[in-house]
Amino acid sequence: MVEELATRPPAAMLERKKHPMLVELVVRLVKEKPLALVGGFIVLVVFLTGVFADFLAPYGMAEVHPTEALSPPSVKYILGTDLLGRDLLSRIIFGARVSMIVGIAGASLNVLVATMIGLFSGYVGGKFDIVVQRVVDAFMCFPHLIIMLTVMSILGQGMLQLILVLGVTAGIGQSRVVRSAVLGLKENIYVKAAVAIGCSVPRILYKHILPNVMAPIIVIFTISMGNMILSEATISFLGFGIPPPAPSWGGMLSGAGRNYMMVAPWLAIWPGLALGIAVFGINMLGDGVRDILDPRLRGGLGRYDTATRKKSRDKKPS
Amino acid sequence: MLSYTIRRLLLILPTLLLVTIIVFTVIRLVPGDVIELMASEQEFISGKGAEAIRHALGLDAPIFVQYWRWISGIVQGDFGTSLWTGEPVIEEITRRYPISFELGLLALVMGLLIALPIGVYSAIRQDSAGDYISRSFAILCITVPSFWLGTLVMVLPAIWWHWSPSMVYIPFISDPLGNLKMFIIPSAILGMGLSGTTMRMTRTMMLEVLRQDYIRTAWSKGLSERTIVIRHALKNALIPVVTIVGMQLPILIGGSVILENIFNLPGIGRLFLQVINNRDYTVLSGINLIMAFFVLVLNVVVDLTYAFLDPRIQYK
Repeated sequence: MVEELATRPPAAMLERKKHPMLVELVVRLVKEKPLALVGGFIVLVVFLTGVFADFLAPYGMAEVHPTEALSPPSVKYILGTDLLGRDLLSRIIFGARVSMIVGIAGASLNVLVATMIGLFSGYVGGKFDIVVQRVVDAFMCFPHLIIMLTVMSILGQGMLQLILVLGVTAGIGQSRVVRSAVLGLKENIYVKAAVAIGCSVPRILYKHILPNVMAPIIVIFTISMGNMILSEATISFLGFGIPPPAPSWGGMLSGAGRNYMMVAPWLAIWPGLALGIAVFGINMLGDGVRDILDPRLRGGLGRYDTATRKKSRDKKPS
Repeated sequence: MLSYTIRRLLLILPTLLLVTIIVFTVIRLVPGDVIELMASEQEFISGKGAEAIRHALGLDAPIFVQYWRWISGIVQGDFGTSLWTGEPVIEEITRRYPISFELGLLALVMGLLIALPIGVYSAIRQDSAGDYISRSFAILCITVPSFWLGTLVMVLPAIWWHWSPSMVYIPFISDPLGNLKMFIIPSAILGMGLSGTTMRMTRTMMLEVLRQDYIRTAWSKGLSERTIVIRHALKNALIPVVTIVGMQLPILIGGSVILENIFNLPGIGRLFLQVINNRDYTVLSGINLIMAFFVLVLNVVVDLTYAFLDPRIQYK
């Protein structure tokens, strides 16, 4: 590989510059972060499972077989059935769809809210910024789960409400990350030049600032997706999320089925395992994306660090 | 230091004011038909009609009057009475908070007991097999949902060994050992969830500190690895770790809601869920307010601990 690069460095470098950010991100993930790739693969599998749930699931998501309730794993029902005789595997497959919808929609809303607050608060600055930041401070005092459950109790159960609550609460907190990036950017000369030639504030924000905060925004998106899925499962587990007939991994672990877990342990194991694997995948992917895009958060283990790391290890007498 | 502490504590006030406004507004968002629903649910329990509930929530006055009434009550320690039981909110909360406090404290201790040694080990044996195992364990701790782990602990031992955690709350005063036995599992699960992030932060910071000049000096003085790691490196690596631990407080509170519910501990978390189920909005706003206040104060405490850990940081 070294030889390959050595033979045609200029072409490779030129080509690399032309890539849009997302393509370059994927290329670097593949090249440098094998663990993130594993995570990305898991996310892809969960995503496709969600998209093609109708074809993959052997039974419908709410199809009941009352005579075969709580039957153990068998050829007919690979993971067994629940209290109402619904096939657990099918419900887990449809659960992937619920998780993915909540994860993607929630993370998008999170990013939108964080970007709007962060951009304006950071760019406008002054008194406006001070006021907005104090409100953000106040919001961040509330433990997430507490404020989410409180609002859910007022809005009522449902997927749309849940996405709204998850996205907005997380977005308010994450706006800090965007704001601090904007604070650094707005001192740049090109922004001052844009002001000097009379660009409007929205244009400056959209054309000059936003493209430069894309990196933290992508990081927020990937990392928050895992949190969204986990929060959805937790809230549904506590009974305030997605209402029962819809299959949510968290909801499947709660409710009436809980009383039968001693006789049907598969009810306790599989939904949680599916959730754990999905969240694991997203976290691994998110870690990789963060390492590449946001070097400040990387800590001591970066690409540029490889040399010093070796040196310091050699130095150690042990 | 003293003047800084006082100033920080005074700065809590404006934020706290905003917090009260948020709590106040959120409860005001309860739609009218929910009030009707509450009235029909409660009519046969407490004989309260919709009007009585509106009055108890203070919804029958202009909004500024409502806020003034509510806030002046809170300043005097009056959080109103429960819509459901009629008991003063503050009494219900003070009765239950020691349980949540014990759970939280034990979880924090457990979390640090898991995170610090593994994080330090992982850093000083960087890229060894042990390091990889530790890092995978950290990711596992972050990934595994606590409510699933809690459920498994309830179910699997019961099937395998016919053993299940006690479901009847044992007060500490009547049986300290039984009480601790009861708390140990939920707090271990909660602590595990916290330890993942802390472990990773400890590792990263240790790696950074171990590369500093003064560590090289310590090596060349011929100090033992133990002394270097504990006295020279760990202490300096701990500052960001303390921040992380402080930032995890909201997660700790959220986790205690889940685990108190699974393990039947009658703390604030359990009360909170009951209250949401019953739509007992006076208690709900009380809990929200107290939690936010608690987080706010602890953030200041975390800031102040920096000075103890790093004498270079001086607050003026």
